[in-house]
Amino acid sequence: MSAPSSTYFTAPPEWQWLIILYFFLGGIAGGAYMLAALIDLFGRPLDRPLARLGYLIAFPVTVVCGLLLIVDLRRPLRFWHMLLQSETLRPMFKAWSPMSVGSWALLLFGLFAFLAFLGALAESDPPRWPGLTPLRPPGIPGRVIAVLGGALGFFVAGYTGVLLSVTNRPLWADTNLLGLVFLISGASTAAALLALLGRRRAATGVIGLHSLERFDSLMLVLELLALIALIVSLGGVARVWLSAWGMLFALGVVLLGIVAPLILYWRSLRLGVPDVGGAAAAALVLIGGFLLRVVIILSSEGV
Amino acid sequence: MAQAMGFFTDTTVCIGCKACEVACKEWNQLPAAQGGVGTLSGDSYDNTRRLDGIHWRHVKFVEQFTPDRSQGRWLLMSDVCKHCVRAGCLEVCPTGAIIRTEFDTVVIQSDVCNGCRDCIGACPFGVIDINPVSGTAQKCTLCYDRMQVGLTPACAKACPTASIQFGPIDELRKRASSRVEQLHGAGESRARLYGADDTMLGGLNSFFLLVDRPEVYGLPPDPKLPTRNVKSSSWLSLLGAVVVGLAGLVSFRTRGSRP
Repeated sequence: MSAPSSTYFTAPPEWQWLIILYFFLGGIAGGAYMLAALIDLFGRPLDRPLARLGYLIAFPVTVVCGLLLIVDLRRPLRFWHMLLQSETLRPMFKAWSPMSVGSWALLLFGLFAFLAFLGALAESDPPRWPGLTPLRPPGIPGRVIAVLGGALGFFVAGYTGVLLSVTNRPLWADTNLLGLVFLISGASTAAALLALLGRRRAATGVIGLHSLERFDSLMLVLELLALIALIVSLGGVARVWLSAWGMLFALGVVLLGIVAPLILYWRSLRLGVPDVGGAAAAALVLIGGFLLRVVIILSSEGV
Repeated sequence: MAQAMGFFTDTTVCIGCKACEVACKEWNQLPAAQGGVGTLSGDSYDNTRRLDGIHWRHVKFVEQFTPDRSQGRWLLMSDVCKHCVRAGCLEVCPTGAIIRTEFDTVVIQSDVCNGCRDCIGACPFGVIDINPVSGTAQKCTLCYDRMQVGLTPACAKACPTASIQFGPIDELRKRASSRVEQLHGAGESRARLYGADDTMLGGLNSFFLLVDRPEVYGLPPDPKLPTRNVKSSSWLSLLGAVVVGLAGLVSFRTRGSRP
């Protein structure tokens, strides 16, 4: 008999619903900013309202993320110990600890999300605060904010998976694909949210919506491949999912959250006009993205 | 740095009296669980069950019996923080609350810890947990306060059979290997040391003498550092970022030409 995985001998950190919600919203915030930046930098002027929507989502969601993380601490008032050494007030930073890097990344991302949020607010019709419009491309300051914030957005969406792998817990530490999976899922759920909210705005136009649905379809295919690779990489530990968690994974995450929306997206894209199926697909993607984090976190917490 | 100090726990002479658990709680002023209302585990004489924020020593009862209970043996092991030379908890701690002391032990500073619980999942042995009174992660300090004034840690002081031995690591290792030889000579061929050399996490400054496979005692056969996954996970995520970025470029650029 071969020895069991050493990850079975560890204790659960009790990261539960607040953290699950943070992982979900962090993916959306990072993904929404990243998509908005891509559209701003490389997309057509017609899609600009879509990018604006992305910035309008990213900042408030990031604020909620920060609050969730602080409330989850057992000593919330000491949240700043993540950033400053409490004794010396020198910066606290460990490049090899994802939680340490992630704390800084979230702070910096919040800063860029705030600037882009102001820029997006300024661009309303009729224009308010014209002094703030340079905070969005095509101006140089706007470009810098889009590029740096976009890169941080990628980081915020993906590092949470790396953080889980840099433990000794079953499932989490038995694979190195969680960062990749969360990153793709973050991009996918953000696109879905943009498509869902964007379809109510006349200015967005059908083409922008279709680009989003097209992009989200690509993400869903990638996510499916990444999840297959994840299960393979888990090896014997995947047996943990021979349980209700596995059922939730198969039905909720894969079938409801990936396969069903893929079919609906393809139908919507073939029709050429936004239909209710596209909206349903986007809603399902959001549910699936949430369930993915529920399964990954709680199935390990329960071992 | 002062000399590296640690524990050698010889499980073969542990009698399960729990004096170490009590001494540890007394000295470190750890509260009773559930306000002192005892609950029985129901399937073992071990009612403490595991190390956590208010149990820094725990006498594990491994009860090996045949189904008809005609044959059996008790394995008793006083478990504790391993004070790893390469400590996973210390690596990941984002606040710097976890430090290495001049005695080469690992200590959590309770006034710095903010209760993020990263160390709990990072510890390869499941040693750390939150102390509900302080709201911070806590574990054995190897009685850092006692050591600083030249005293023996409370558990080792209280142990009536010298199952828990305290001293400089070099000396403990010598003592441990001669004990293994003695046991082998007496016919106990299963006797082995766990964590007594540099191969396991750079060495466990709190190591054990066992008479069965580690997993029988609830110890991981191959404990690893959490940071082993940092590089591969990060590179794969970066690869993902590139692919997602390219997909975004393709989607939002070329779609423009199509009505």
